[in-house]
Amino acid sequence: MSVFIIRRLLQSIVVIWVMSLLVFGGVYLIGDPIDMLINPEADQEDIEAAIRALGLDKPIHEQYWYFLANALKGDLGKSFIFSEPALQLILARAPATMELAIVASLMSIMLGIPLGMWAGLKPNSIAGKSIMTGSILGFSLPSFWVGILFIMLFAVMLGVLPAGGRGPTTEFLGLQVSFLSAKGLSHILLPAVNLALFKLSLVIRLSRAGTQEVIHQDYIKFARAKGLSERRIILVHVLKNILIPVVTVIGLEFGSVIAFAVVTETVFAWPGMGKLIIESIDQLDRPVIVAYLMIIVFMFIVINLLVDILYSILDPRVRLQDIRA
Amino acid sequence: MKNIFTALVAGAALMAASGAVAQEIRIGIAQEPSSIDPHFHNLGPNNGFLSHIYERMVEQDSKQRLRPGLAVSWKPISETVWEFKLRKGVKWHDGSPFTADDVVFTAERAVNVPNSPSSFGTYLKGKTFTKIDDYTVHVSTPKPYPLMATEMSTIMIISKKNAQGAQTKDFNLGPAAIGTGPYKFVKWQKGDVIEFARNDDYWGGRPNWSKVILKPISSAPTRVAALLAGDVDMIDGVPTADIETLKGNPKVKLSQGISNRVIYLHLDQKRDNSPFVTDKNGNPMDKNPLKDVRVRKAISKLINRPAIVEKVMEGIAIPAGQLVSETFFGNTPNLKPEAFDPAAAKKLLGEAGWGDGFGLTIHGPNNRYINDAKIAEAIAQMLTRGGIVTKVVTMPKNVYFKRASRGGPENSPEFSFILVGWGSGTGEASSPLKSLLTTYDKSKGHGASNRGRHSNPKMDALVVQALATVDDAKRKTLLQKATEVGIGEDQGIIPLHYQVNTWATRPGLRYDARTDERTLAMDIKVVK
Repeated sequence: MSVFIIRRLLQSIVVIWVMSLLVFGGVYLIGDPIDMLINPEADQEDIEAAIRALGLDKPIHEQYWYFLANALKGDLGKSFIFSEPALQLILARAPATMELAIVASLMSIMLGIPLGMWAGLKPNSIAGKSIMTGSILGFSLPSFWVGILFIMLFAVMLGVLPAGGRGPTTEFLGLQVSFLSAKGLSHILLPAVNLALFKLSLVIRLSRAGTQEVIHQDYIKFARAKGLSERRIILVHVLKNILIPVVTVIGLEFGSVIAFAVVTETVFAWPGMGKLIIESIDQLDRPVIVAYLMIIVFMFIVINLLVDILYSILDPRVRLQDIRA
Repeated sequence: MKNIFTALVAGAALMAASGAVAQEIRIGIAQEPSSIDPHFHNLGPNNGFLSHIYERMVEQDSKQRLRPGLAVSWKPISETVWEFKLRKGVKWHDGSPFTADDVVFTAERAVNVPNSPSSFGTYLKGKTFTKIDDYTVHVSTPKPYPLMATEMSTIMIISKKNAQGAQTKDFNLGPAAIGTGPYKFVKWQKGDVIEFARNDDYWGGRPNWSKVILKPISSAPTRVAALLAGDVDMIDGVPTADIETLKGNPKVKLSQGISNRVIYLHLDQKRDNSPFVTDKNGNPMDKNPLKDVRVRKAISKLINRPAIVEKVMEGIAIPAGQLVSETFFGNTPNLKPEAFDPAAAKKLLGEAGWGDGFGLTIHGPNNRYINDAKIAEAIAQMLTRGGIVTKVVTMPKNVYFKRASRGGPENSPEFSFILVGWGSGTGEASSPLKSLLTTYDKSKGHGASNRGRHSNPKMDALVVQALATVDDAKRKTLLQKATEVGIGEDQGIIPLHYQVNTWATRPGLRYDARTDERTLAMDIKVVK
C-alpha cells in the first residue's frame, strides 16, 4: 500500500509540473497585464519601467526558469496586482472556499441519500416522481442563474437572508470560519445550497439507481425471509451497499465543488479562492493563476488517492495495487 | 453645580444628535483597491478609496477643480520653483504633527516602491522637493512647470514617522497606514471587506460616519440585489440596464453625474497597408484611406451619436465632440459633437476618391467600458450603411489592450480602427492631448497611448507650448487651440460620448456624483 501511495505522489509531481508549463505558456500567449495595470497617463518610459518591475521584459523561457527555480524552494512568485506571495494570497482565501464546499457537500449527502433511497424504494409514488423531476432541474439549470434567482427571492423579495458576502468569522482550530454563528450561517446558506444543487441531484440519482439494484438482490430477499425489520434492511443492508459508488463520486466531486465554487463565489461575492482566481484571470495576474491551478491539481490528486484508500476500506474485496496497462 | 448641569444637557443633546443620523455606512463597490499603500499602484480604485485615509497637498473637488488640501496655498516664486504653504495644526492618525518633513519623505518614497505595477514616478520625476521651514516646501523643476499643482493633487502624503522603511505589506496590515484623512484604516480582508473608522480629530471637522465599510461585490446584479436587500446602504457602478427599473423603485435613490471618461475611436494614420483596412470584398489594399482627413471626417459624420446614447446607452451618456467635457480646464466652446450627416459624409468620401467605399474592421473590448461591445456593433452598422463595410471584433480587455497598444510588429499597435476610452485623472485637457494625439515619440514621452499614431507638427507645437506656459489663461487658450486643430481640423481621433456614472443609495441618503468616478463616504449626505 505504501509503495502505491509513493508512486502516486511521484506521478502527481510530473502532472503538476506539466500543468505549470501549460498555464505559464497559455497566460503568456494571452498577453501581459501591463496595459490594464498602468495608469493611462504614464509615458513610454514609465511603461517600460513597470514591465521591468514585474520581470516581464525577459524572454519567456527565462521567466519560466526563474519561476521553476523559485517554485522548488516553495516560492510560487508574487502577485502582479497585490505584490504579495501568490501562495499566501490563495491560502488566505482557502478557508472560505473549503467551508462553503464542505457545507455544500454535507447538504448534498444528508439530503441526497435519503431522497434518492425514497425514490428508489417507491419509484411510482408521487414523492418519488417529484424527487426525480427535481433532480433533473438541479442538473440542468445553470448555477449562476439559480444563484441570482435565490438572491432575488430570499434576499430582495422576502428579505430573510443576506444577498451575499461572508458573515463574521471566528477562530476554530486555528482557522477563520463563519459557520459557528447564526449570522454566519445565514450568509452561507444560499451559496451552499446553490453550490450543492448539482451534486444533490447527482447523489439522488446514484442512490436511487443503487437502491433499485440492491433491493432485488438475493441477500435482501434472504434478510426479509429471516424476518428482519424493514427499517434494519434499508438502513443497514441497502444503505451500506449503495454507499460505495456514492462515496467515490462524492470524493471525486469534492474537487470539482471547490473548482466550480468559482461561479457561486462570484455571484454571492463570497471571498474565497474562486473569486480570487476569476479576478486574477480578468487581470492576467499570472503568478496567482499558476499557483491556484497547481494547488487545484494537487488537491485532485490527493482526493483521488484518499478515495482509493477509502474504497478499499469500504469494500474489502478491493486491494490497492499498481494496475499496469 | 450649574456647570455640571449644562454639561449633562449638552452631552444629552450631543448624543441625541449623533443618534439621529446613521452612524455606520456600508458601501458595495465594483472594484476593490489592490493595496492600502497609497504609492504602490496608481490606479482608479486605489486613488479613490485611499482618499479616506490619506490626503494630498492639493485636492480635487467633485468636479475635479483644484482646492487646498494639506497645502493652504501654492504659487510659482520663479520660473522653475513652486512654493507650497502647508496647513498648520494637522495631526496624523497617531497624534503626531504633520510637517514639511512628511512631504519631502513622501516625494522620495513614492517613486521607489518595489514591484509597483504603475508608479507615481509619472508625476514626480524631474521634481526636487526642499523643506524651507516646517510649513513651507519648495518644488523645483528643470523647466517651467505649469501642471505642478495638478500633479500634486495625485500624490497622497504619508507620515515619515510611521512609514519610514515600510514595505507595501506594512500598509496592507495597518502599522504604516497612518494618514491625516477623515477616516482611519481599521482592516482589509481581501475580497471580503475594508473597514475605516472616524478620525475624531480631523482638521476639517468631525466626519459624518463612525464607521465606513466597503464590500467588494464585483458581480453587478449581486451588487444591485445587495442594495435592494438592505445589506449595503450604497453601491457604485449601477449597470445601465437596471437604471430604468431602479428609477421606479421607492427603496432606491439614484445619483448620476458626467464622468471624466470620453469614449472615442483611434484610426491608423501611419501604415499604408493597414492590416484591417481592406477593399469592399475584404482584400488587402496598399493604400490606407484613414490617412485622408476627409475620410476620417466622413466616418465621424456617419456616426449618429444621439442614437448611440439613446439606444445603446439607454440615455445614460452625453455625446462628445472633444476630449474633456464643459466643466474641465481646456474645453473649447468651439467644438460641438459632430452632427449625423450621411449626405455630407458621402460627399467627403467622393472627394477623397473613396466614393465606392472600402472595408474596415473595428476592434474593441467587451468588458471594460459601459456597453463597449454594443457601441462597436452600432458603429459598424452605421458605417456599413454609409458604404464603409465594417466588421466587428470584440474581446476581453485582458487580451485587447496589449494587442491594441503593442500587438503588432516591433511593439506597434496591431489594429487599424479601435474603440477606447480615456479618463482624465488630472481633470484638464493637456494630459489626453499629450498622450493620445501628439506624435509618438519615446524620447519625449509623447503619444504614449496614441494607438492610431496620428501626427500633426502644428498640434504638437501647441501642446508643447501649453505645457511650458505657467499663466493659466494663456495655457487654456493654447489647449483649446490644440484641441481645435487635433480634433476639429484634423480629426486625429473621433470622440463618441462621455460616460455618465450612476450610484444608488437607500432613501435618506444622497451622493454627490464625482467626475473622477470615485466613491467616497465623505460625499454621502444624509437628507430628510
